[in-house]
Amino acid sequence: MSIDLEPDQDRQAADVPRRRGDLGRTLVRGVGQTLITFGLICLLFIVYEVWVTDIFAARAQDQLSQQIHQQWSDDPTVAAPTPAPAGAPFTPAAIDVTIGDPFAVLHIPRLAGGAGFSRVVVEGTSQVQLAQGPGHYLGTAMPGQQGNAAFAGHRVGRGSPFLDLDKLRPGDPIVVETGDAWFVYRVLGDPATGDFSTDPSGIPGREIVLPTALSVIAPTPGGPTGGPATGAYLTLTTCHPKFSARQRMVIHARLDGPPLSRASAPNGPAALEG
Amino acid sequence: MYTWIWRRLPGSLPVKALGALILFLIVCAVLLFVVFPRLEPLLPFTAVTVG
Repeated sequence: MSIDLEPDQDRQAADVPRRRGDLGRTLVRGVGQTLITFGLICLLFIVYEVWVTDIFAARAQDQLSQQIHQQWSDDPTVAAPTPAPAGAPFTPAAIDVTIGDPFAVLHIPRLAGGAGFSRVVVEGTSQVQLAQGPGHYLGTAMPGQQGNAAFAGHRVGRGSPFLDLDKLRPGDPIVVETGDAWFVYRVLGDPATGDFSTDPSGIPGREIVLPTALSVIAPTPGGPTGGPATGAYLTLTTCHPKFSARQRMVIHARLDGPPLSRASAPNGPAALEG
Repeated sequence: MYTWIWRRLPGSLPVKALGALILFLIVCAVLLFVVFPRLEPLLPFTAVTVG
């Protein structure tokens, strides 16, 4: 009998430490697996931000491009504009657009190495709009108007429209195409030396600012928010440094010359070639 | 967690491995196309506007 009992007692005695050891090991293994899983999810999120959003944005841009060109060919004042009386300056039609709708195409020759960087621009700068392409700050001037036509665009992800904004040099053209006109803006600064701060207005061609610097989209860049318009400017904002939202990189440009009517230049101004 | 899933998968080793791969791809797809788009607006590091 004593021989039968001992193995049971031994087994029971051996079970208890085994169970405690198992529980501890399972717990540690569980924590380890959870942490690794969480780490992998974070890595996957980076993959998402950098590649998957690009896929969505490219699709959105294709849709917007179809939409805007359809809109332009349907609009009678755009498709068959009444020719201006001889000698009269061409005045483009006023642009009236609701939030979320596309209304212009932005061309920045420098950013595509001659391949033709172009993005359809929508009205508004909320996350929803910016996920499709560059957005136009509400309340700022329309292209060609006096004041400051300001646009925001993503640096990394969502098509990365403004990824290479740091490659812009003074004098580089930024061409805005609307239903009936082309507007050529040039980055402020001295093209010969590459110095952004030589413009007599004092406005720099490129600056790095805090996210709170609302004055960069004021009617006169750098001036008071509700202040007067002292020229026709264009401003682009994106985040800086590339993978951070700590600061903003801002580009200022001024309208260079009168608007070009689509009728007289169906393929755009010479500046499009860069 | 993972050993529990592995034990639940049917079939021999190669079938289990395939099942694990398919499960992994499904989870990735759900994360990439459903969870992350919903999560994105709540995160602060994608802001590019001023003000």
